[in-house]
Amino acid sequence: MPDTVHGLSVEELRAQLRDWEENEVAAFLERQPERKEQFFTQGDVPVKRVYTAADAAETPLEDIGLPGRYPYTRGPYPTMYRGRTWTMRQIAGFGTGEDTNRRFKYLIEHGQTGLSTDFDMPTLMGYDSDHPMSEGEVGREGVAIDTLADMEALLADIDLEKISVSLTINPTAWILLAMYVALAEKRGFDLDKISGTVQADILKEYMAQKEYIYPIAPSVRIVRDIIAYAAQNLKRYNPINISGYHISEAGASPLHEAAFTLANLIVYVEELRKLGLHVDDFAPRLAFFFVSQADLFEEVAKFRALRRCYAKIMKERFGAQRPESMRLRFHCQTAAATLTKPQYMVNVVRTAMQALSAVLGGAQSLHTNGYDEAFAIPTEDAMRLALRTQQVIADETNVTSVVDPLGGSYYVESLTTEYEKRIFAILEEIEERGGTIRLIEEGWFQKHIADFAYETALRKQSGEKPVIGVNRYRMETREQIEVHPYDPTTAERQIARTRRVREERDEAKVQALLDRLVAVAQDERENIMPVTIELVKNGATMGDIVEKLKTVWGTYRETPVF
Amino acid sequence: MGQPIRVLLAKVGLDGHDRGVKVVARTLRDAGMDVVYTGLHRTPEEVVRAAVQEDVDILGVSLLSGVQLTVFPKIMRLLAEQQAEDMIVVAGGVMPDEDVEALKALGVAEVMLQDTPPAAIVERLTHLVEARGAR
Repeated sequence: MPDTVHGLSVEELRAQLRDWEENEVAAFLERQPERKEQFFTQGDVPVKRVYTAADAAETPLEDIGLPGRYPYTRGPYPTMYRGRTWTMRQIAGFGTGEDTNRRFKYLIEHGQTGLSTDFDMPTLMGYDSDHPMSEGEVGREGVAIDTLADMEALLADIDLEKISVSLTINPTAWILLAMYVALAEKRGFDLDKISGTVQADILKEYMAQKEYIYPIAPSVRIVRDIIAYAAQNLKRYNPINISGYHISEAGASPLHEAAFTLANLIVYVEELRKLGLHVDDFAPRLAFFFVSQADLFEEVAKFRALRRCYAKIMKERFGAQRPESMRLRFHCQTAAATLTKPQYMVNVVRTAMQALSAVLGGAQSLHTNGYDEAFAIPTEDAMRLALRTQQVIADETNVTSVVDPLGGSYYVESLTTEYEKRIFAILEEIEERGGTIRLIEEGWFQKHIADFAYETALRKQSGEKPVIGVNRYRMETREQIEVHPYDPTTAERQIARTRRVREERDEAKVQALLDRLVAVAQDERENIMPVTIELVKNGATMGDIVEKLKTVWGTYRETPVF
Repeated sequence: MGQPIRVLLAKVGLDGHDRGVKVVARTLRDAGMDVVYTGLHRTPEEVVRAAVQEDVDILGVSLLSGVQLTVFPKIMRLLAEQQAEDMIVVAGGVMPDEDVEALKALGVAEVMLQDTPPAAIVERLTHLVEARGAR
């Protein structure tokens, strides 16, 4: 802690504050009490009436630092949005590859700078479109992908060296990545030039989003294989998007979102180190994904603390030496669970505020939700307005001219450091209790998430947590809305292509490759990516691959806690 | 006080969004109801079998994947086949308004959307069971 701030000692600053509390504050409170006894952030961190230089002095200056310099609190890069604004990456996906390809082109035409793909539930969970479990779900909440032919349709005419594509998928991520690589090769792209991201963060699935197929150990091994493969073959590709978003959306507090995400990071890094890789071999391509919730300053502090914690973990715990291994880069999405059906256009305002906190927090890429997403997946209209929201922030507000404009705010610096301390305390507790994987199996994370979700529901009910249009300023009239329609021919069109691929392939070759897949799965030292790439090139469906591996690894079923 | 109301809560289909169903499970349990939650990724057949076996008053199915018009007709048909038409079926989740109407037309007693206050769910379910009377 520095001895003096602006020539005053911290003691003198505190004395001034006491004097102010005894005089101006006390006199004012006599006339008008405050609205509440105590104030908290949305994540339950108590906050003071005012923050001063004495609070800021508790954070060592070197922890605040400068943008693009360790510990990266103020941003991963020195110039941030002065060089290039964040990537505007609206997620899209519905119907078949062709249907989503049209939406992609529409978004690009309206100024979007990156692509992100939502898959339907069968694709996410590893079922082919004609599997009985897929009934009613084909192409409904995302695009249906069974084979490489679907992927070709999805990305037709899109220059993969110019635009980055994010694949939002987890237990089956490696198969989608294999299709992406196969497609890039087929179309003659340089693998070291294609950029993009595959989410592939399986641990948060067991904690929160609950898209899993296999038990934890083989699932983590798949993640390890994806990262190791990309480190060697895809120099500009992010082979994982370690995600807090879903932890938050499942109900967790912002603090738990941050801490649990870093707990998952630690597991992945340790797995890769077991292969003999040095952290600097793969860490530069690790990427993150967080939510931006409604509490603006808390969110900014969360993002800044996450960058600082990550830098310290990578350097101090894992011995990273390259700056690229220590700077946390993240995609951000506004909070879907805050969207309401009543007075749904208010969602545009909510989303704009949340997007602003992502930008003030230094996000590298951003998705803003559509106003209609409390009804169904978004229409073109809703997505265009969401994109325009980002464009207003980028082009009209001028918040992009100064890097980390809230840096030095007594409050934000103090809350950033508070977050850092609390994150490290939770990480320590996780280790003391036996580590992340064990605690997932025991339902520890799930219980914390469910508890905060329950608390939040009660606070909304009591009005302690205001939701405009729901527990305040309600209107009895119901507005009309046009929602995204589901094309009933989707499943038929999709299944026809999958069956055609199956008929046209060399069946003996596919079966031989599936046998080889089993051998690879049984040998921990092997990497699953190359054989999967061969499989999809030869017409294997996602379902073929997933089902074959169920015979080796079995499946996972959780014991729910609530 | 009669017997506690018995409820089976289920997630059907492939979606893993269980935030809402767990809040409901805890709310009903805290209100003194007997609650069984099936966990994720169940089929309509599994859910109906469990509900009949447990002889519950209410079968609550949560969906956030848009497949309500595939899943609920099946559940209603299976219940009819089991002569369990008097079981009260309640839906929960995120869905467009016109689907809410369609579900009610199928015989779904209530559709609880996001942001329904917990106390309102308890009140509504209690009322539904009282209105149906003893079985």
